[in-house]
Amino acid sequence: MNVEHVRAWLYGYRDRLTAVQGLLDELDNRIGDGDHGTNMLRGFRAACEHLGEAASPSEVLHKVSMGLLSTVGGASGPLYATAFLRMSQAWRGMEDISIKDLANGLNAALAGIQQRGGANVGDKTMVDVWAPATECISSDPTEHGVREASRAARQAALNTRQLVARRGRASYLGERSVGTCDPGSVSSAILFECLAITLVEGMEADPWTAQVL
Amino acid sequence: MDGAGIVIVSHSGKLSTGLAELLHQVAPNVQVAVASASSETLGTSAESIRSAIFEVPQSHHVIVLFDLGSSLLNAEVALELLDSATQARVHLVDAPLVEGAVVAAVALQSGLSWEEAVRQAQNARMTPKIAT
Repeated sequence: MNVEHVRAWLYGYRDRLTAVQGLLDELDNRIGDGDHGTNMLRGFRAACEHLGEAASPSEVLHKVSMGLLSTVGGASGPLYATAFLRMSQAWRGMEDISIKDLANGLNAALAGIQQRGGANVGDKTMVDVWAPATECISSDPTEHGVREASRAARQAALNTRQLVARRGRASYLGERSVGTCDPGSVSSAILFECLAITLVEGMEADPWTAQVL
Repeated sequence: MDGAGIVIVSHSGKLSTGLAELLHQVAPNVQVAVASASSETLGTSAESIRSAIFEVPQSHHVIVLFDLGSSLLNAEVALELLDSATQARVHLVDAPLVEGAVVAAVALQSGLSWEEAVRQAQNARMTPKIAT
């Protein structure tokens, strides 16, 4: 994965966010404050603005992180920003990122998300998606592993529907958060899907619709 | 390093500037900087917290007080992005925002150390408002 691939991944993600913004807001409306889609789109639009100037994969991710940090929003901003910042640090000095390097970067990102948000698997947060998806690529650092990560991420996001929220705004709802998928898990699953689309030949976007969620 | 200033992090610009106004009344010589969204949006950003920290003179400690949810996350990210010398003089304090800020400001105004101001802000949580 070179600098162009990393850019393509993030531009692809921004474009997908444009399509699912309303859906993410609707999910968040049920169990949070209703602005996850709006915040993610605003953040990634701003973050993608200056990626053309970045010369390496690490620099691209650093710019994304800084862009996310300067846009105003909820907890997702600093959490995604921390993830990209840690990945950027893991890739410092590298021009070409192997899938093994990708796994290292994702593990660093996941550790950053957990350190910052204090969430564990099962708390109905983005960690529920990042943990299994990262594990897929770490245990099988091939294109196949990347494709599996996308699949696992989607399933994990859908599985958050059954969980009781223990972190963030949704945790105020307790048991009433059951029945709605966690919006941060869905936006995370789409990030892993966009990664697979960038890296795996023939991989296509699986639509996220109100029926699926 | 002697003095200390206060940074108020709030989702609401009106809340943070209103609190700064209140602090100015009780502690006119204490430097207070605010970090929050613009007047049109609610929310916090690490960038605005970082620049508020730099509004306090570099020779001062900075006591950072915050309101809800992402304000702490963003304050932690802002802290992570600072150089280590600045990090050493910035203190994120777990305290009720209004009461904590007022007691910290009063402590600083009366010449107490930043450590004492932090301690009093933290203790504000334990102070009942209605006498029993």
